[in-house]
Amino acid sequence: MAEQKMIGRQSVSFKNPPCILGRASVAGSKEGEGPLGSFFDYIEEDPKFGADTWEEAESNMQKKAAELALENAGYQPKDIRYMIAGDLLGQLIATSFGLMELKIPMFGVYGACSTMGESMSLASMLVEGGFADKILALTSSHFCGAEKEFRFPLQYGSQRPLAATWTVTGSGAVIIGKKPEKPEKSEKQKKEETAAKKCNSNPYILIKGITTGKIVDFGVKDSMNMGACMAPAAADVIYQNLCDFNRNPNYYDKIFTGDLGYIGQRILLDILKERGYDISKQHMDCGIEIFCDETQDTHSGGSGCGCSAITLTGYILEKMHRREWKRILFVPTGALLSPVSFNEGGSVPGIAHAVILEAEDA
Amino acid sequence: MAEQVTIKEVLSEEDSQKRNKKYNDYVASVTPKHSWIVNLFWAFVIGGAICTLGQALINLYRYLGAGKEDAVLYQIITLVALSTIFTGLNLYPKLAKAAGAGTVVPITGFANSVASSAIEFQKEGQVFGIGCKIFTIAGPVILYGIFSSWIVGFLYWLYTLYFQ
Repeated sequence: MAEQKMIGRQSVSFKNPPCILGRASVAGSKEGEGPLGSFFDYIEEDPKFGADTWEEAESNMQKKAAELALENAGYQPKDIRYMIAGDLLGQLIATSFGLMELKIPMFGVYGACSTMGESMSLASMLVEGGFADKILALTSSHFCGAEKEFRFPLQYGSQRPLAATWTVTGSGAVIIGKKPEKPEKSEKQKKEETAAKKCNSNPYILIKGITTGKIVDFGVKDSMNMGACMAPAAADVIYQNLCDFNRNPNYYDKIFTGDLGYIGQRILLDILKERGYDISKQHMDCGIEIFCDETQDTHSGGSGCGCSAITLTGYILEKMHRREWKRILFVPTGALLSPVSFNEGGSVPGIAHAVILEAEDA
Repeated sequence: MAEQVTIKEVLSEEDSQKRNKKYNDYVASVTPKHSWIVNLFWAFVIGGAICTLGQALINLYRYLGAGKEDAVLYQIITLVALSTIFTGLNLYPKLAKAAGAGTVVPITGFANSVASSAIEFQKEGQVFGIGCKIFTIAGPVILYGIFSSWIVGFLYWLYTLYFQ
């Protein structure tokens, strides 16, 4: 009988969990000045990333993240089987123009700000299924590009509501592949190594499973309150993850949502508590962590594909490497709106994808 | 003021339209808002300052010998120019952040909306960028401004037919 990888209604449990082989985070200057600034691999002071337009700037940023991830892992583009990438701009132009020079076969994905979760989910399934050995999963967002695409010209004078979030300028990339096999060693060597590893070397970070989210719409039309639009979707996928794997929230050291912000966090905790899970001890939100509202005037928090992507690649994975956290449920959240759907009076449905990350010794 | 709705009521509602309504009420109750008194104060102060500047400019141009109507026109041109320069220097959005309607309602707000669009879309070209998109924000003001003045003119014409 084939191994059963499907778990519950919406989840996959990997028998041979794929491993995160490399990672990179590229951030803008405002993100660099934020509380997580010291964690990012590369901070660019020039908001245009040496380009002429915001769109090109985001492309350059994504390319930089891809190159850094390859460099950090010690790979060449030819070593990578596929790329799975996306962004927030119309028709994914930041991704297509940014990554074409790498000449790696690519799948473009759109999951709004949940794209990192979506690309990592697909990448780990492809790797575990044996369809690829190494996959580069990445995404990006740029404050100026997103303002232009979804809101007003940058110089237009308006008041941002307190519920509004600030689109993160950043790009995060991970390389997902098979866990490296240990070379054959004698018993003595092994013992020595285990002892050394305990204090020195980094643990492997494995993707143990995923829970794919449904589109959830509670009829909120206010695109300036995206936390409220996405919180029901995040609650739904976290609830489903706990049910499918038959787990208690305490199993995870942290449950990280993507960009719910302060208002979305409050709603998420409320909904899950009502449905029988109290995650207030574990819950953190990338959007809340990445900026300091008091000094950076960002209101409800950070948002955008880059928000969860660079918080994961810069901060969360680093903390796991340092063995401060062992088990993480990473849940990027996305608001599925377009300027057209908004103008036509549509609501803002949400989606979220959960990825189970666990640090394990080699 | 939306009545207090708990998340329990939202989640236990089976009719999805009613649930959405309840959820929106619940969201409204947990979402902080700008203090309207503070907003009102800054809109009054900054909006008032812009209008006072306008009046000072009219007085200045009158003093320099311009006729009454010309002085008003020169004043508008000066305010529009100042607003455009402030927009280019990225100062107008900072002012608007505090002032709200105080910077939107005066003619400077109109100039800001046009200049900011021109800056943002110039990379898309002279025709499809600036040409097509310069009035993305100001467009409705122009269209409905002209349309409503047409209606008022028509009503005035009817009035003159019967009462004069």
